[in-house]
Amino acid sequence: MFPRRRIARGASGTVRLRLPEQERELLRAVCVEVRFLLDDNPDDPDLHRLFPPGHADPERAAEYQLLVRQELLDGRARALATVERTADRTTLDADEANAWLTALNNARLVFGTRLGVTEELDLARIAANDPREREIGVYAYLTWLQEQLIEALAGDA
Amino acid sequence: MSTTLAPAEVEIEEPRGEDDADLDRPWIVLVWNDPINLMSYVTLVFQKLFGYSLAKATKLMLQVHQEGKAVVSSGTQEKSELDVARLHAYGLWATMQQD
Repeated sequence: MFPRRRIARGASGTVRLRLPEQERELLRAVCVEVRFLLDDNPDDPDLHRLFPPGHADPERAAEYQLLVRQELLDGRARALATVERTADRTTLDADEANAWLTALNNARLVFGTRLGVTEELDLARIAANDPREREIGVYAYLTWLQEQLIEALAGDA
Repeated sequence: MSTTLAPAEVEIEEPRGEDDADLDRPWIVLVWNDPINLMSYVTLVFQKLFGYSLAKATKLMLQVHQEGKAVVSSGTQEKSELDVARLHAYGLWATMQQD
């Protein structure tokens, strides 16, 4: 489905990008969508996975949410904005690559939650006329891209 | 009659310093399995955040995947809170508790 690699390791912690125009547009659209969701509808159930409880104890978990929620929101918005800003590039520096890593993961968490992804879900077996076709396509694409980015970064961790 | 009150000489052990001992007990940070985060991603995040070797990060990731959870760090409450927040920033499902 996606034959050629889009992301490869560059020199000294940088990452090389080779994204066709339509994929850059898709990435920007996905990041805008997630960012708007965070801005306008932070209680949307699709965002549930982005704000996990930090404690098993509900009282402590609520305290924790109060403390870190805004910071988590800001960090996620920044990472998504970085992808929007740099989607046209051919190289990313280490900080930008890290922003891509978290932004792609945020988007995967949102789309994966929307799809109700489980360990057993086999995306390849979902029928082509499934009403969730767009979400499935986006999720599969983000996963494919994320795998390449991880591979490009793994040696430098 | 006032039989319900404890006589003065009965020492009601309000264990002094229990709070301190409680504070001293180390906290552990757990990461829980989830179906969305990629295994390679979880390994990379453990390396990045904790400076673990690829071998140690992979072992912890596999423990999360196979056993449902793993202890990824431990220490003071403050350090554990920071670790949990950093793991959450990367989208991992982390909680903390006292050991």
